[in-house]
Amino acid sequence: MAKRVMAQVAMVMNLDKCIGCHTCSVTCKQAWTNRAGTEYVWFNNVETRPGQGYPRRYEDQDKWRGGWVRTPSGGLKLRAGGRLQKLLSIFASPVQPGLEDYYEPWTYDYENLTSAPLGDDFPVARPKSLITGENTAITWSANWDDSLGGIEATRNADPILEKLRAESNEKIRTDYEKSFMFFLPRICEHCLNPSCMASCPSGAIYKRSEDGIVLVDQDRCRGWRQCITGCPYKKIYFNHRSGKAEKCTFCYPRIEVGLPTVCAETCVGRLRYLGIILYDPDAVLAAASVPEEELYQAQLDLMLDPNDPEVIALARAGGMADDWIIAAQRSPVYALIKHFKVALPLHPEYRTMPMVWYIPPLSPVVDLLRDQGHDAEAAGNLFGAIDALRIPVEYLAELFTAGDTKVVTEVLQKLAAMRSYMRGVTLGTGRDTALTDAVGMTPEAMEQMFRLLAIAKYDDRYVIPNAHREQAHNLEELACSLDSDGGPGQYESGPFGQPGRPIPVALETYAALKERRAEAEADMAGQSGAGKATP
Amino acid sequence: MDILLWGVLPYLVALTLIAGLAWRYRYDQFGWTTRSSQLYESKMLKIGSPLFHYGLFVVLGGHLLGLLIPKDWTDRVITQETYHAIALTAGTIAGVACLAGIAMLIYRRRTTGAVFLATTKNDKLMYVVLVAALVFGIIATLTGGTYPDGTEHNYRETVSIWFRSLMVFQPNVHAMAESTLQFKVHILIGLALIALIPFSRLVHAFTVPLHYVFRPYVIYRSRDSHTPTPSQARVRGWDPVGTTDKDKGQR
Repeated sequence: MAKRVMAQVAMVMNLDKCIGCHTCSVTCKQAWTNRAGTEYVWFNNVETRPGQGYPRRYEDQDKWRGGWVRTPSGGLKLRAGGRLQKLLSIFASPVQPGLEDYYEPWTYDYENLTSAPLGDDFPVARPKSLITGENTAITWSANWDDSLGGIEATRNADPILEKLRAESNEKIRTDYEKSFMFFLPRICEHCLNPSCMASCPSGAIYKRSEDGIVLVDQDRCRGWRQCITGCPYKKIYFNHRSGKAEKCTFCYPRIEVGLPTVCAETCVGRLRYLGIILYDPDAVLAAASVPEEELYQAQLDLMLDPNDPEVIALARAGGMADDWIIAAQRSPVYALIKHFKVALPLHPEYRTMPMVWYIPPLSPVVDLLRDQGHDAEAAGNLFGAIDALRIPVEYLAELFTAGDTKVVTEVLQKLAAMRSYMRGVTLGTGRDTALTDAVGMTPEAMEQMFRLLAIAKYDDRYVIPNAHREQAHNLEELACSLDSDGGPGQYESGPFGQPGRPIPVALETYAALKERRAEAEADMAGQSGAGKATP
Repeated sequence: MDILLWGVLPYLVALTLIAGLAWRYRYDQFGWTTRSSQLYESKMLKIGSPLFHYGLFVVLGGHLLGLLIPKDWTDRVITQETYHAIALTAGTIAGVACLAGIAMLIYRRRTTGAVFLATTKNDKLMYVVLVAALVFGIIATLTGGTYPDGTEHNYRETVSIWFRSLMVFQPNVHAMAESTLQFKVHILIGLALIALIPFSRLVHAFTVPLHYVFRPYVIYRSRDSHTPTPSQARVRGWDPVGTTDKDKGQR
């Protein structure tokens, strides 16, 4: 079979820049899950690590049974069981997080603040459960242990700490959890080998062949809930009102017109990068089935070089438009993952081939050095500290490399080298090639990487080709449609409903929106006159 | 009266089922779901639901055997007494398992606040008819074997003959009219239940995902071609926070 080349929209997050402000979570929620049935759902959530995550302890696959496992013969099977086993246990999903593992969503009885009768006591807005409507005691949320809040009570429940502790035979002092902390924003991984999709009895979850975005067909989902068990990241949620599975859509309506996702667009730290990578769909299964220690490399090998003439020819033969190939060549995501090798996949050991990668944070190391009174940017100190601080490195390795500390150390050393090298450049003390040599990079590459990580502008961080131009009219609302305001099709249903498919996306035409914004910006630039720089 | 009940009604019900399913399939794909409440409560569901469903499979299988296979076929293999003994034992066990399962599920539905709140009027009606069908089915099995005057009645010589005659559009109304009251009641409730299927959550039974066994794990699909996206109209699934699960219309 001839090799095929397909495109996948992927994301990289630079964890060093995440300040844990939850803006991404909030804007995502406002855009997608601010409605009945999804009150507890966060397509994007930000977890503090160490911490339990959301839903609680989702990484404990012995319990939740998500993802794939490699069979002794080298094949792959769903950890939760084969097809027949799934069908036989379909009447009550055997392993499924309940609301108590997420949290019971609530609102406040605000009305009481204004309608309470006059009295001596201040009226209060009591918390009311959004599930039962009753008064409720708030005991947990999607980020209850934010910034290590209450870590004294919850730290033992972090599955990764638990594992590390067991491995180090209780040698780790408990106060080290306080010694480092970082934030981990999570969305759906839009995996190349998605176990949610493989778990879906109805076949309602699909991967778009154009951009690799994983979606749930709301019309075909029958609510069997196997995907929730199947996803090891627990990023598929059950809408308890519609009875359907829902998940992060990678903001596909925005991506289709070249706009970044809402979480990326609104990220205060500008830590998210979006771009496409090229891959061969027929090579995915083999790459996902390699032994654990080869997974990272296998995943890198899966991403094809967009400058390779053979790859370009194959992509063209498969009908990929030239602007997509150019976008793949400019992709910041490809650069960070494969060229500079500083981004790592989250939990590669789940074998789903995730497509949201992370640049591990150097800051726990830097912070610690600074706290101890060292010069946190001197290369010697940093390199030494990365080696000495086994615990954060091991923790990061459990998250990003299935426990392989060597890869994480290499990445952290690159980041540390970049820090020291660029300090030299900025302070005018010279370009220290010993630093670049130490991590196997050229000074040019180092400065390129610095630009991409530190000063990349909007258009460098988000390189998203529009959906195929020949189909572009499909994205517009047709002017002659009966569904326009006041038209007979405006409302969702007549006495017999409306044929076709209800789409849970209320869209403006994003292309038009973008044009309007560009015009407005051009106007403003014109008004502010020449000589002033535009932001 | 007999003609109406046993000659016309079954066809009306069949028509309702087929037309109802077609209508629902065309117009209400989004509403076609099991509407699971496992998110709210899992412990009782994990026992009750499999008990009910597996019991139901045996019960349905028993119905098919008893109704479709003519008596003189089985007579060649086993005696009527053996057949009856097997059917009675298996049927009663399955029926009781089924009933115990649904009793548990209804208890759960009533006592778990969140599950009760998500219960619609449609669900309640469905539960009444379903339980009635089960209960009268068991009653018919246990007591429908004799006429009030004490003579023996074999449903396979009345009900089954009538059922098969329906299949070939030559309704043998007389055969059914010969049956006992218990069976008649059970059949009428059963017909009501069948008519209810397309309009209740029972519809999920018609999308049992057997194709899962054969399909590839990873599904690639091309981006949907144009679908009109109403920018102003209310879209299903987008009710504001605070709308309760059983609020009408928007499932």
